[in-house]
Amino acid sequence: MELIEKTAAELRSLMLQGEVNAVQITEAYLQAIRAREPKVQAFLHVDESDAMAQASAIDQKRKHGWQLGPLAGIPVAIKDVLCTKGQVTTCGSKMLQNFIPPYDAHVITRLREADAVLIGKTNMDEFAMGSSTENSAFKTTRNPWDLERIPGGSSGGSAAAVAACEAPLSLGSDTGGSIRQPASLCGIVGMKPTYGRVSRFGLIAFASSLDQIGPFSHDVTDCALLLEVIAGHDRRDSTSVYRPVPPYSKTVHTPVKPLTIGLPREFFDEGLDPEVNACVQEALKVYRSLGATIKDVSLPYSRYAVPVYYIVATAEASSNLARYDGVHYGFRAPDFDSMIHMYSRSRGLGFGKEVKRRIMLGTYALSSGYYDAYYLKALKVRRLIKEDFDRAFAECDVVMGPTSPTPAFRIGEKAENPLAMYLSDIYTISCNLAGIAGISIPCGFTKAGLPVGLQILAGPFEEEKLLRVARMYEAQTDWHLRRPRL
Amino acid sequence: MSRPTPYTIVIGLEVHVQLLTRTKLFCGCSTQFGLPPNSATCPVCIGMPGVLPVMNQAAFELALKAALALQCNIASFTKWDRKNYYYPDLPKNYQISQYDLPFSTGGGLEITTPHGPKWIGLIRVHLEEDAGKLLHDETGRGGDSLVDLNRAGTPLLEIVSKPDMNSPEEAKAYLEELRLLLREIGVSDCEMQEGSLRVDANVNIRIPPEHAGGRKPLPGRQHVATPIVEIKNLNSFRAVERAIAYEAQRQFEEFQETGKQMGEVSKATAGWDDVQGVTIVQRRKEEASDYRYFPEPDLVPVEVDQPWLDRIRATLPELPAARRKRFESQLGLSAYDARVLVGQGLAFADYFEAVARGCGDAKAASNWCSNQVLAVLNERKITIREFPLSPEALADLIVRIRKHNINAQRAREVFGIMLQTGDTADAIIKRLGLDVSFDTEQLRELVRKSIASNAKAVADVKAGKQKAMDALVGFVMRETKGKAPTDEVRRLMDEELAKV
Ligand SMILES: [Zn+2]
Repeated sequence: MELIEKTAAELRSLMLQGEVNAVQITEAYLQAIRAREPKVQAFLHVDESDAMAQASAIDQKRKHGWQLGPLAGIPVAIKDVLCTKGQVTTCGSKMLQNFIPPYDAHVITRLREADAVLIGKTNMDEFAMGSSTENSAFKTTRNPWDLERIPGGSSGGSAAAVAACEAPLSLGSDTGGSIRQPASLCGIVGMKPTYGRVSRFGLIAFASSLDQIGPFSHDVTDCALLLEVIAGHDRRDSTSVYRPVPPYSKTVHTPVKPLTIGLPREFFDEGLDPEVNACVQEALKVYRSLGATIKDVSLPYSRYAVPVYYIVATAEASSNLARYDGVHYGFRAPDFDSMIHMYSRSRGLGFGKEVKRRIMLGTYALSSGYYDAYYLKALKVRRLIKEDFDRAFAECDVVMGPTSPTPAFRIGEKAENPLAMYLSDIYTISCNLAGIAGISIPCGFTKAGLPVGLQILAGPFEEEKLLRVARMYEAQTDWHLRRPRL
Repeated sequence: MSRPTPYTIVIGLEVHVQLLTRTKLFCGCSTQFGLPPNSATCPVCIGMPGVLPVMNQAAFELALKAALALQCNIASFTKWDRKNYYYPDLPKNYQISQYDLPFSTGGGLEITTPHGPKWIGLIRVHLEEDAGKLLHDETGRGGDSLVDLNRAGTPLLEIVSKPDMNSPEEAKAYLEELRLLLREIGVSDCEMQEGSLRVDANVNIRIPPEHAGGRKPLPGRQHVATPIVEIKNLNSFRAVERAIAYEAQRQFEEFQETGKQMGEVSKATAGWDDVQGVTIVQRRKEEASDYRYFPEPDLVPVEVDQPWLDRIRATLPELPAARRKRFESQLGLSAYDARVLVGQGLAFADYFEAVARGCGDAKAASNWCSNQVLAVLNERKITIREFPLSPEALADLIVRIRKHNINAQRAREVFGIMLQTGDTADAIIKRLGLDVSFDTEQLRELVRKSIASNAKAVADVKAGKQKAMDALVGFVMRETKGKAPTDEVRRLMDEELAKV
């Protein structure tokens, strides 16, 4: 196995044994990026010399016997939705093409403190709006398992970077499935922590009440390691919760026994690809063989999850994105003849089609006369969706199902059909609306060789249990060991 | 005073005051006035991508303090909302404010009117962030406008009154009382010049049917009511008074022409031109502006429990209204005197109380404070804290004036010397030889002597020439080298003349 195909945990022990150093590891990944990026297009910016400087600083620290962080020398790719001090942060938009934040996102600070090597910023759907990464203003990222297909989205760049072994770890953000869905389509592990588990400070907001940052990795152990680094309270985010962070990376290997798994019948409805269903059923067999009890549960209000999501998320987005007006920073249209004209031209030219569509939807939903019928109603249904989960978790440890109804689709296949695109998040959205934790882990491949993901959901702040349940399965299977040929 | 009009003015005021916090409402930037443009800013208050607001606890507590002083009902659960609108002085293009669940509702303030005290009710008090300032090219050549975001994010209290005021004078009295209260409790410095107090006035008039030129009130109303106009940019209390008076008359005249009543046309906004002394109606809002309010997802709701409220309440000083009542009931002052003393602010009223305690004569202390002391403060443009005489020194003067029967004019002379030299009243009185005391019988003897020696003057007084009294009193004053208390001499003179 090549160095770049290893997990972060493996790289860490190689470094501890003195087999390899941070500079060699970083160099190996930079080389992979140089070789594979023309095909995969996962990254928006890679600053090779900066990455090498970080790596050599870590090697120096090690040489001097200094205490090193848990991710010492491990390259991590960052979704370009996260602000990095002094480095361009575009959010996949022309609007922020030249935006250089004067601050690091909280998770970036945590990564630096953990001595990780920030290797580059990854591609994404503009302002995290999309499920295929085709909405990026800059490039279309390819699925490393089939370059004609999408990697999922909106964190498609971060998922593809790990799947293509251009980085062992990456960070994404998940508003309606933007971590779990691309993880599923790229055959890797991706987790959306409970809302409030990870500080959103420095995460460029799409929908503030739904956004959450989370890890991508090859396996569950690495996911636990990265989550442990980024989780925890931050004074700068009032919605981040003051709660101790369990030692996920230590407990991840302990199976959950007894284990009751809930199967929501709504997750196995029409629209589910038979091959995906077959993989999920096989995974359930593995759990049964491990002694798990499997129960049917119902999440009746989840059928409203997609419409509720497209009201709540777009409403918040319409306000969150109002600040991009060409006045203070970011893109300003070159010619205009009045203030309003400057606003409309800057926003008209700076935003892409999907972003504009969602701003319009959200503005409409919040408008007087429509607010009660749309936004207020959506908030009520959101509460009912949460109550569905409360009931399910009262009798089950976790809830399972497919992450995405289909494997990766072809580039351009749904680009002109927003509704079809929105439905690719049908199983992931309710987790964000309920504010609970969710993970997608590899659970097989279709005949065409496309990865399939198993989604596991757990109650609020039950990440520890979620990781242990995921790891139980992973320990019995080898899907997570596969790497695409590139 | 306004002249009688055939209509009643109805006024509701929306007052914005900046809170006296060290830092802004949702970030750590300074709120100091007058810093170089954009120097008191950070990624949060200039609305950069990905940053988040964090509520300033001190600002919320000051707001609670104000609401308690205004006798509002404090909500146990309150939340933040976004008010969405585009303007270059609003970096996020939304303002974090409070919409349907403000932290306080109700309450009010008592003002003094010529007809007695009047309660002005409040609808609500809520907390929000201020916007920045735009600096436009004043040359008229259409240059770029500049934005200064130092003010953006400053905590702002919005105090919305009921339409309970019925004259420009009442509006002014309300603002004065509100300013006094907020200053006393340390919530705001209420400096209109610096923009820490801003006023918008909602004005319309009610016309009794007999003056409505044959137009009938709309169904359900007893009066004809004109459409409400909101007057913006009122930058002094005087401007508030003048603008309201002007606008009321303008509405009356407009009504004669158009006959339009409230509800028939929408609410309008007007500006006030202080130089021309006119309101300028800018636009009629076709419908209420659509600010697309929704709950602010970046902040958590605030829960206010009783212990917290009790803790804030304990920090409140005696409020002006209560103090005025105490001055009247406990110290026997007139309502007018109590208003003057309390109206000068906490420190002044404290000074007065110390003087009153020291001399044991509240009425005399009140006269000295609201006349001589206040005159000196105004003349020297100083505050009571900088006034050179301690309350003990002034109390001592008052005691000695009484003891030595020193007349008002000489007393003022002693006061003046005390201010100049810093000497004690005792020393100055001795120096001037005023420390002689005359007993009444001694004076009465001199009065009788004066009457006996001035037959002509006595006759003149009897004939009704009061002027002649001066000669009789003057005799006694000469005999005592001017040290006799004139008032007492006059009183005795009246008594003795009556016997003649
Ligand atoms: Zn600031």
